[in-house]
Amino acid sequence: MNGEGAVTGFRAALLEDDAEQLYDRAPCGYLSTTPDGMVVKVNQTFLTLTGYRREDLVGRRTFVQLLSPGGRIYHETHYGPMLRGEGKAAAIALEMVRADGSRLPVLVNAVLERDSGGAPIVVRAAVFDATDRRSYERELVRARLQAEESEARASTLVRTLQTVLIPPEPPIIDGLDVAAAYRPAHTGQEVGGDFYDYFQTATGDWVFVIGDVCGKGAEAAVVTALVRHSLRVVALRPHQLQEALGTLNEVLLRHSERFATVALLYLRPGPARWRAMLSCAGHPLPLLLRPGQPPAFIGAASSLVGAMTDPSFTETDLALLPGDTVLLYTDGVTEARKGREFYGDDRLAAAAERYDGGATTLVRGLLHDVVEFQAGDPRDDIALLGVRVKDSLEHPGV
Amino acid sequence: MSAAARHNVTFSGVPHGPVIVFAHGFGCDQRMWRHVAPRFADRFRVLTFDNMGAGGADPAGYDPVRHDSLDGYAEDVVQLCGELGVHDAVFVGHSVSSMIGALATIKAPGMFSRLVMVSPSARFIDEGDYVGGFTEPDIAELLDSLDSNYLGWSGAMAPVIMGNPDRPELGEELAASFCRTDPAVARQFARVTFLADNRADLSEVSVPTLVLQCSDDAIAPVAVGEYVRDALQDSTYVLLEATGHCPNLSAPEATVAAIDAFLAGKLVLSQ
Repeated sequence: MNGEGAVTGFRAALLEDDAEQLYDRAPCGYLSTTPDGMVVKVNQTFLTLTGYRREDLVGRRTFVQLLSPGGRIYHETHYGPMLRGEGKAAAIALEMVRADGSRLPVLVNAVLERDSGGAPIVVRAAVFDATDRRSYERELVRARLQAEESEARASTLVRTLQTVLIPPEPPIIDGLDVAAAYRPAHTGQEVGGDFYDYFQTATGDWVFVIGDVCGKGAEAAVVTALVRHSLRVVALRPHQLQEALGTLNEVLLRHSERFATVALLYLRPGPARWRAMLSCAGHPLPLLLRPGQPPAFIGAASSLVGAMTDPSFTETDLALLPGDTVLLYTDGVTEARKGREFYGDDRLAAAAERYDGGATTLVRGLLHDVVEFQAGDPRDDIALLGVRVKDSLEHPGV
Repeated sequence: MSAAARHNVTFSGVPHGPVIVFAHGFGCDQRMWRHVAPRFADRFRVLTFDNMGAGGADPAGYDPVRHDSLDGYAEDVVQLCGELGVHDAVFVGHSVSSMIGALATIKAPGMFSRLVMVSPSARFIDEGDYVGGFTEPDIAELLDSLDSNYLGWSGAMAPVIMGNPDRPELGEELAASFCRTDPAVARQFARVTFLADNRADLSEVSVPTLVLQCSDDAIAPVAVGEYVRDALQDSTYVLLEATGHCPNLSAPEATVAAIDAFLAGKLVLSQ
């Protein structure tokens, strides 16, 4: 057929395409109902799609009666009110029940016609077969559910890992009052590198550890576990803090590309005081709260662990008296930021003095203060460990 | 934030008049009452609000734990009305909110002196001799419908739900969004609503209650309305010649007339 013939043929077809045919043979089902939903007019395409005869529907069935039970609820609670409220509803996904009982997934567009007084007269709906689309959507729903499940699994994993790195409850120690707190960064969806620990050596000394492995996530968590458990071995011998840190340094150099900061505090009970030995490997210096004196940072800065082959560590020896508190913390505290402002040492010292009323009060108060400082959304992990020497009148272990 | 702000409360009517509270059902928001609530404004203090998770309610107020049962929604009502000092009021609840209202009358005696249940259901799922109108697979299918309808929408429409003022072109869509809720919330509310069983609670409702039943309701059929009527201590039953589950939209005149007649018979105005 040449071009001219095609144009002539198209015109002829157009002339033949009267309104009735346009309606009956449209590429979608048409359905008109009363405002109450009773079917008053339906086209051939709809009948073909659903398998009903015209006389089964017109004046006999309502739109809702053509829907699946679930679709009926959706119709009554969403589609119907929308149609009445807005005069139209677009791309509503429903399932129709065919004459043979099978289901037909459809998309429905509908308009509500009103008379000049605003009273509803008729609802006109166009019904599209959405079988293929619906199976595609089911794939999407499945994919979304899978994504949600794997996210839930990931969160569980994070929580589980965290419990490996952070011991649950502080020990009950005669003469000491111990409290600790940990708050992961942001919403806690990622494992952080902060950790702390407490354990007793064979000779009865108590060891308190706090540290921070660089980085976050599962890989950092592996190293954190390595550091924590290595320390439990190397720190077992008393009086050897520098040696313990040296061994840990060696372990990290050999087995990991990450470095860490660690503060190691040994406490040995004596008749009237506790002897404290402290070593800080690249870690923020602990704070000493002593009744009647301003808070003071104790210890001396020294090398990180796992960074250099020849680190030097220092050791500080001091006596703790009844009422004294040592606060160990990670840089999530002092480097907390509000805009350009850091939380900092001064704010920490002032807040610690304010909350100095037992280890639990101190640790909880500080955690609250630091989180508030960051408007409730800390950008880094926060770990706090407070150890207070009880007054002699206090009952041990309470 | 006050409970009133959280629930997007709207006040109208006589400032010191007796209080009438309108609560919407599953699916939409307080605008479901737009043809009915104004008709009480000449003699009542009219209060409409959005259930948590719906319409203009504060999204932060939705708590998946608290709102995992109708009790949580009833506590919301008690908290809201308690904050506003509401007592001896009329509670008008549509669909699931008629059960929320029933629970609220039990939780807070004195807060409501009359209850109007519009298209209530004590339980949607059939059980033994009880006809609720649906089977469990039917309800599973509803949840599926919700998923299907939110698929195309959830991403694209989210800015509207969040109320994005930078995109005025979405204004028209916003007008059409009153039946649209956060998909996760809608799903949970659907589960809470359609799996609820409040049959045992009805006998504990002591306030005079009007049961408004539509003659042709695909969600809460006549048998369900009659069940509710019979289970209540003090009920008045009105069968409306109306199609559908939402007479507040499809038959507002008849709905107003029925509530009016109910209140006129028993309304006690404070002197």
